[in-house]
Amino acid sequence: MPKLTIDGIEVEVDPGLTVLQACETIGVEIPRFCYHERLSVAGNCRMCLVEMEKAPKPIASCAMPAADGMVIRTNTPLVQKARKGVMEFLLINHPLDCPICDQGGECDLQDQAMAYGFDRGRFHENKRAVQEKYFGPLIKTIMTRCIHCTRCVRFATEVGGVEELGATGRGEHLEIGTYVEKALNSELSGNMIDLCPVGALTSKPYAFVARSWELQKTESIDVLDAVGSNIRVDSRGREVLRVLPRLHEQVNEEWISDKARFAYDGLKRQRLDRPYLRRDGKLRPASWTEAFAAIAERIRGVSGDRIAAIAGDLMDVEAMFALKELMGALGSPHLDCRQDGAKIDPARRAGYLFNTTIAGVEQADACLLIGTNPRREAPLINARLRKRYLQGGLKVGVIGPQSDLTYRTETLGAGPETLAEIADGRHPFAEVLKQAKRPMLILGMGALARPDGAAVLALARRVAEACGMVREDWNGFNMLHTAAARVGGLEVGFVPEAGGRDLNGILDGAGKGEIEVVYLLGADEIDTSRLGNAFVIYQGHHGDAGAHRADVILPGAAYTEKSGTYVNTEGRVQQTRLAVFPPGEAREDWTIVRALSDVLGRKLPYDNLPQLRQRLFEFNERFQRLDAVVPANWGAFGANGAVDGAAFRTPIENFYMTDPISRASETMAACTQIYVLGEQGGDEQGMTGTNG
Amino acid sequence: MSVSNSDVVAQPTSFAFSPDNLARAQTIIGHYPADRKASAVLGLLDLAQRQSGGWLPRAAMDYVAELLEMAPIRVYEVATFYSMFNLKPVGKFHIQVCRTTPCWLRGSDDLTQSCKKKLGIGLHEVTADGMFSLIEVECLGACVNAPMVQINDDYYEDLDPARLEAVLDALARGEKPSIGSQTGRQGSAPANGQKTHAAEGGGQAGE
Repeated sequence: MPKLTIDGIEVEVDPGLTVLQACETIGVEIPRFCYHERLSVAGNCRMCLVEMEKAPKPIASCAMPAADGMVIRTNTPLVQKARKGVMEFLLINHPLDCPICDQGGECDLQDQAMAYGFDRGRFHENKRAVQEKYFGPLIKTIMTRCIHCTRCVRFATEVGGVEELGATGRGEHLEIGTYVEKALNSELSGNMIDLCPVGALTSKPYAFVARSWELQKTESIDVLDAVGSNIRVDSRGREVLRVLPRLHEQVNEEWISDKARFAYDGLKRQRLDRPYLRRDGKLRPASWTEAFAAIAERIRGVSGDRIAAIAGDLMDVEAMFALKELMGALGSPHLDCRQDGAKIDPARRAGYLFNTTIAGVEQADACLLIGTNPRREAPLINARLRKRYLQGGLKVGVIGPQSDLTYRTETLGAGPETLAEIADGRHPFAEVLKQAKRPMLILGMGALARPDGAAVLALARRVAEACGMVREDWNGFNMLHTAAARVGGLEVGFVPEAGGRDLNGILDGAGKGEIEVVYLLGADEIDTSRLGNAFVIYQGHHGDAGAHRADVILPGAAYTEKSGTYVNTEGRVQQTRLAVFPPGEAREDWTIVRALSDVLGRKLPYDNLPQLRQRLFEFNERFQRLDAVVPANWGAFGANGAVDGAAFRTPIENFYMTDPISRASETMAACTQIYVLGEQGGDEQGMTGTNG
Repeated sequence: MSVSNSDVVAQPTSFAFSPDNLARAQTIIGHYPADRKASAVLGLLDLAQRQSGGWLPRAAMDYVAELLEMAPIRVYEVATFYSMFNLKPVGKFHIQVCRTTPCWLRGSDDLTQSCKKKLGIGLHEVTADGMFSLIEVECLGACVNAPMVQINDDYYEDLDPARLEAVLDALARGEKPSIGSQTGRQGSAPANGQKTHAAEGGGQAGE
């Protein structure tokens, strides 16, 4: 444990820390541009200079390991002068365009120039201008502003795993870019915008939209995948203007995926802002009273056995709980929240959670991916796997389609036979898993959303048990969900009751006329053509597949417009907060169910959210424990049975469009064009930011 | 050296080392540990540049990247950093005029001027017949014999416009002008004759 003196304070720090980190432990703040906790040390901006006794000149504290007996001074005139000198050099070529720069107000350079900048420039030559680069539809570049900290280069190389960005040229001619004109192909590229300490990389969709200080900031949760990334929703008036990540070490660290960050413009388009009723085959606007009356009319006299409900991927726990209670009151046992038909066993909690936890991935030393492409399904879990891979010694085997996951993988096979071989110890990878100290497997929806899914689930359990993945101190069995609502739905019991039909049963029943009324709670990813002649009630926020088939549309709230509980793939309970109000006559989802229950004469016993939540906590006390991951007990799950030989498929083909919000987003459509369909764009070539 | 990709150059679509160069490349790679193959990048880029006629097409950089299992951008970074790598075609004789202080004081500007006039090209340009190209560079480390130019791998020192033109004429005729000092002095020996009595007295160099 090195002991050093910083500004006269003696401090003992963990070995391996740098001087800069040592300073931070006692609250001495060191200005920096290139240094970032989660990236490798570059040491090229020189802003963090401090004075070290016996050193002939100031040292870069970010790159100097803290050593025993060091005497560091951070507040001497020499340090001040050195930092002012560095700042003056940085500003030589930095344009004075803060008034038209999107970074203005949240710019590291601007802030630090307040402390170390000179009030006029002494450089009388021309500033240099650098050509704009094309980084794709998400990132706007004004490279003249770049100070060459290389954070973006290091992020792309280290975290993103796409080694496409670099610093070309030298000296005055150094430029950051891809050299070969192309869009950056990473699901995490938006994080470079946050990392950029100046206005060189800014958000393209957010360009010239607002100033950071005009925005209302609401801390919330992302629901566009099952990771439950912590986000901050920035809004002005009734509009969400941008989404930024919030720090959560256990979940998303300080990154979010591009879908979480940029799909927000989908919240403004194709919204259902009033109830609709199908009359003479066409959907026509209606009032809430008329919509409810139509439902009451249709449901009257229909036995509960002929009513069913399916919950979608973005639904909050409260709405599903309320609808479940309403369905119970109507006497219907036909509920399902697994709208992709995944054969998840709701009875055993350990069988549907990401038991290792996301942070726990960093401890694993062997990983088996089954029917999953984490890069598309959960980019942040993939980033964890990559982080673990970069530490060395992680072996990853894949059963299912091959793809570039940004780390080295071994393709073991395509379908269930390979899984069976591993379970029986007949496959060499079984030995790898057995030899590993902390082996894990990730079971994706590509392996479960198929007719033999339950048997595959049981096979995966056998692999986990046979390869020592389940122990007192370690649970390496993980299910990777693709829907934010899924675990919440399972925990709240939005699954078939005794004798009830599952998704397939409901759709079959509807097709045959055995199910007369289907309540779609935000369910859009089902095959609506199988609903037959059933009377379809669609409650949701977007005019997507479900709404097109509906007979009655009840407009609900999107995740930014309600306080809802979501359970991520680990089983972590988190809540969104209302950032903006739902548009028009749309309402928070649980209140719609509650109001409908009154009209149907089966009034649910809660009038406000706290009352509902109280009842929810009584149903399952885990919902009370916000942000906690409650470990689940191991046991039998899945069903033994024959598996067929069909290969596992990729559950998500297009990362950018997975749900009604991202399908309505223009930004996501642009990404789909370029990254999925492979069309190249690039419109502002040749500009430098100094143009008119 | 130009970083910007807007200087569009007709790029060959493919590149591969000739068998000889591949053998040389393997030797260079062999100088470094197996897991540090990337260390060979400078040597391989130099080989590739020689094979491609004095410049580095992008296909060659991509080829080297693949050979060394590096991301292409890491090779682009190296190739754009070093001024010795030419990213645009150069002439058969690539003239690099040193313009750093000692050469400049001794008349490097005149050398550049006379080249421009004689060859009818500006800096970073190639003559129509593809024989000569001209650039200015910083110190080449032959200050004692300033001013000097480098043409391909050879130094021509103690130049003035007339002597440089003679060299260029010789090259154009396909001759091999003598390299080094063009005034006939040996190495960097004093320009105006011996200054010591060492030779007379039988003393040895370095005394």
